[in-house]
Amino acid sequence: MPSIEMRGITKRFSNVVANDEVTFCVSQGEIHSLLGENGAGKSTLMKVLFGLYKQDEGEIIIDGRRVDIRSPRDAYHLGIGMVHQHFMLVNNMSVLENIILGNEQGNVVIDKQKNREIVQRLSALYNFEVDLDAKISSLSVGMKQRVEILKTLYRGAEMIIFDEPTAVLTPLESSQLLAMLTDMKKQGKTIVFITHKLGETMAVSDKVTVLRGGKLVGTLDTASTTPEELARLMVGREITFDIDKKTKQTGEVVLSVQGVKLMPNSQSTCSFDIRAGEVFGVAGVDGNGQQELEEVVMGLTGCKTGRILLNGKEISSMSVAARRKLKIGYIPSDRFKQAILPRYNLTDNYLLGNQFSDDFVKRGIVSHKFLKKRAGEQMKGFDVRFADDGQSMNSLSGGNQQKFVLSREVGKNPALIVACQPVRGLDINAIQFVRNTLLELRERNKAILLISAELSDLFQLSDRIGVLYKGDLMAVRPAEQYTNESISLLMAGREAGDADETDR
Amino acid sequence: MKRIADYLPGILYAFAAIVLAILVSSGIMLLIGNDPLLAFTALFDGAFGSVNSLANTLSMSIPLMFTGLAFSYAMKGGLFNIGGEGQLYIGAFASTVVALALQGAPAVIVMPLAILSGMLAGGLLGGFIGLIKVKLRVHEVIVAIMFNYIAMLLTSYFVNGPLLAEGSMTPQTERIPDAFLFTRILPRTQLTTALYLGLVVAVATYFFFKKTRIGYNIRAVGENPTAAKVSGVNITATTMLAMGLSGSVAALAGITEVFGKHDRFIDGFSPGFGFTGIAVAVLGNNNPFGIIATALLFGALNSGALRMSHAAGISSSMVMVVQGLVILFVATPAITRGIFKAVRVRRLAHGKP
Repeated sequence: MPSIEMRGITKRFSNVVANDEVTFCVSQGEIHSLLGENGAGKSTLMKVLFGLYKQDEGEIIIDGRRVDIRSPRDAYHLGIGMVHQHFMLVNNMSVLENIILGNEQGNVVIDKQKNREIVQRLSALYNFEVDLDAKISSLSVGMKQRVEILKTLYRGAEMIIFDEPTAVLTPLESSQLLAMLTDMKKQGKTIVFITHKLGETMAVSDKVTVLRGGKLVGTLDTASTTPEELARLMVGREITFDIDKKTKQTGEVVLSVQGVKLMPNSQSTCSFDIRAGEVFGVAGVDGNGQQELEEVVMGLTGCKTGRILLNGKEISSMSVAARRKLKIGYIPSDRFKQAILPRYNLTDNYLLGNQFSDDFVKRGIVSHKFLKKRAGEQMKGFDVRFADDGQSMNSLSGGNQQKFVLSREVGKNPALIVACQPVRGLDINAIQFVRNTLLELRERNKAILLISAELSDLFQLSDRIGVLYKGDLMAVRPAEQYTNESISLLMAGREAGDADETDR
Repeated sequence: MKRIADYLPGILYAFAAIVLAILVSSGIMLLIGNDPLLAFTALFDGAFGSVNSLANTLSMSIPLMFTGLAFSYAMKGGLFNIGGEGQLYIGAFASTVVALALQGAPAVIVMPLAILSGMLAGGLLGGFIGLIKVKLRVHEVIVAIMFNYIAMLLTSYFVNGPLLAEGSMTPQTERIPDAFLFTRILPRTQLTTALYLGLVVAVATYFFFKKTRIGYNIRAVGENPTAAKVSGVNITATTMLAMGLSGSVAALAGITEVFGKHDRFIDGFSPGFGFTGIAVAVLGNNNPFGIIATALLFGALNSGALRMSHAAGISSSMVMVVQGLVILFVATPAITRGIFKAVRVRRLAHGKP
């Protein structure tokens, strides 16, 4: 007997059908993965269940009773909670204050002690290890997510919806989260998690429902399916995971980083070269100097020690604009914050980072004709789905925005591409596309600095990999000389014991 | 590319807001025993009834065009320049000093020089506020308000003391020679060629933000400073520039008042044009042509106010009420749409189309 049934749900946004007669059933006490590509309608369906959207057609039945969920408040009354992809926390308040916000125990004066006891009990039950008095702004992304989970538990949610919970997490945090989900299931909670990642679906879910293009493809028992079958259902065609990387002669040194200190407390400085036609991967747990590396190469932070050379020319003291003029393609790790102007149109967005190029701006005047033409060509070439180049950036889906950034940065025909977490948050098709694009650039003799948290990407794409730990470059070796284990050890700051493994 | 048709809903909406404001203020007039029909007839007559009243409307809208456009420069860059009033005084003062110092020189040289000096003074003040904001991380509103006092009181000191016109009872400078003043478009009115300058600045503003790199950079900083920085924009320079341009356009409001209407710098000559400009820019949706239209509306309300109080015996403060209501209805779309929706629903319920 399913505890929640969504029957024939249709939701339209003006002329787009986001959900087309989707039926979705969840039984009590299971982990149910809602799988689909970007824009398949997963989030929309769950927002209907959580009362953020109202369905145009269809009905929701909970424990045999037809219900009308008009707001998240209604959803909580029915025991449904949701952990959003973008956290909804008050930064300058403490963890405890955030959890109880809007649901405080006590009449006029908040009974802090009582609240604290309730939250502490919940936190202990699931081994959350959260400091209740810490300010939200001081927490890591993974910790913030735990606070969000505690919030739903505190409000008495029996079923929790997670919207792409691992998209923002490091690999370690992701595995911790998946373990937590299993714990919560043991305590009798029902979990729905939205994802496009096959690995985690296979790892923790009991059932999986696949959506494609707003339509239901099917609901399967996880135990009786395979990643290949799920991928095929999700994408609608066979896809291969293998990548065809040809061995290749590398050319001249394009980027040379010499003796640059990444973090104030780094033990040593960081030096490496990237040649034309080479992908240089940077591995490491988030927060070990990756951000600093991308910023120092792009000139967003000054280079106090050492120097950086591009094609033999020193660029360490150049402004960002001067470096942009040298045509460095840059895909920042946080694209939404660092690479787009949300409310401006696509054409205006294409100019961002190109406004110092003489092709786009002549004597201070933007040549709109050239800009529109180039933007249109590149966006089509990268399969950015848009109706009109006058539409605003935030009207594109997340995956499309990323493809847009890629089209813009690669469209410069740069000698060097700095690609940071280029597949983060993308679906299989888009990931495949990004990987192929990077390899194609390698074929075209570009130098590529690839900073990624996905080891599989690093292994498949990179010629050489450097491992960062606390701002130190632990090792630089050809990709095939690492094993999963040896790279993990280096990422944790430990050298492998073998004497024959030499550094650099 | 947006076509005129795309702007139509916005224009209709602004019109609806004005109609609402007239209806509500009529209600208020009825309550206090005035005749709204008489009042608004007089208001309309005073604003558009004759060539002279039309000229009056246009001339009253000129300073608001400049302060409105000035505010939009900062606003595009994500900055709130509440210092238009101070920049206007400093600009007008600098222009006056230059014009008075160069008496006798040919007007073709002195006029541009005076105008440019004024714009430079206003621009420097604006840019300095921008610099303080970026370097010392003080909110521009606080700094700008303080500089409003400094600018007003500093100019006041000069016209009360060192630069006071000989034998004058009111604090004002000597008269600026006729040759240096803006030419009147219509004799015996205050409408001068400054109007053309306002329109030129509006077109230039449109072009600046649409076509130039600097304009683009300002917009990028206003929309997403982090992304702008990553793209290579120098945030400090761009913020200073946005505030500086804002200040120099605000200065034009003061300059055209002095060189078009008062013929001399008079202490405290601005009735808060700098502040009204904020409302003008917001109502004009930061669009140069929207700002011109809004400035004309405000000009009309101000110019009709006098007639209204004469003919209908209603205090000209009532115009302030109308103005306030227009701002209220335009700035709060929810209220306006809600009222129109309620009216429509009611009509449907009564079976009327």
